[in-house]
Amino acid sequence: MISIYLQGDSWLHRTPAGLKLLAVAVASLLLFQVSSAFIFAACLAAVVGCYATLGRSGLERLALLRGLSVLLGVLLLLHWVSGTFWEGVPVILRLLVLILAANLVSITTRMDDMLEAVMPLFKPLEWVGLSARKPALCVALVLRFAPYMMQILSRMREAYQARTGAKNSWKLLPPLAIQCLRMSDNVADALQARGGSEGLSGQADIPTGPRAV
Amino acid sequence: MADRSLVHIAFYAALIAALGLVPPVAIPFLGGVPITAQTLGVMLAGIMLGPVRGGLAVLLFLFLVALGAPFLAGGRGGLGVFASPSVGFLIGWPVGAFVAGWIMRATPGMNIFASAAISAAVGGILVVYLFGIPGVAYMANLPLGTAAVGSAIYIPGDLVKVVLAALIAQTIARGLPGAMLSRS
Repeated sequence: MISIYLQGDSWLHRTPAGLKLLAVAVASLLLFQVSSAFIFAACLAAVVGCYATLGRSGLERLALLRGLSVLLGVLLLLHWVSGTFWEGVPVILRLLVLILAANLVSITTRMDDMLEAVMPLFKPLEWVGLSARKPALCVALVLRFAPYMMQILSRMREAYQARTGAKNSWKLLPPLAIQCLRMSDNVADALQARGGSEGLSGQADIPTGPRAV
Repeated sequence: MADRSLVHIAFYAALIAALGLVPPVAIPFLGGVPITAQTLGVMLAGIMLGPVRGGLAVLLFLFLVALGAPFLAGGRGGLGVFASPSVGFLIGWPVGAFVAGWIMRATPGMNIFASAAISAAVGGILVVYLFGIPGVAYMANLPLGTAAVGSAIYIPGDLVKVVLAALIAQTIARGLPGAMLSRS
């Protein structure tokens, strides 16, 4: 449930995660070197074309532009107010290309594969005597417990609504934070009882939560 | 890093994710600008966990967002978020949490409410905008001043959050004194 990953088997899904990350990073750097609206418009067409190759569900993911359009509109307005409207247009186009391209990588890469692709970045932790597996363990913990925390929060909100009629209140946050710390103590004990994070690192692979379906 | 700290960090990151689900509240007298509970979570991470653990909790949260978890308010996530003009604010979050935690630690004698309010204001507003505004200016190619004006609409909402963060910290400290890890 918790991933923006789009199930599929397109050529983009089959491309290795590391390659996609590298490509989008290089493309982003290059895009900051040019300022021609025509180049950006061509890139935009190419990126939207890539979404189209994912099929109908791929194009539906362009809906992310709805929320973004307000922000980009405000920025263009600020350019217009400062009298730099025509310099603003390519800048906004560039942002659109950057955001859509980066998002394209995310929706075609499974979280597990993404994590695996960036794991080498944690290697330096080992030079200072820390385990590079600890970040992976943390990721697994968050993926497991974020839905749980959301569940607790919504249960507390229902109870609060039943008592007061109001939907939301900051008064829900202190008990939520306290529950969070209490529960984390329990999980820490459980982890310790199983040999701690170092004990876990002896295993071949730390599962990173349920796979997105 | 001790396993207990590791788990605390992970749980706080999960808490910030959960706060993204709280529907944004539009405050009429602030011009209807929506305020989300998520930055409240960022302020609280520093105030509750202290500088290092607080900063790492926010960093871990952002890492999950980058991996593709739709944890940001409004169900946003993925790498696209980090290409958006507001990326500076996201970069400012872990630093802000660190600074907030550091101030909590540096003011051990002060009462929780005052100390948390200062921490939240400096870490959660000053530091975050210090990163956020240049971020907008760079990504949107606007002068710093214009970017600052554009970002200023969120400041009243953030001030409300400072008060809430201080109230919440005080309530937690009263309910479970051991929970103020930033002070222990």
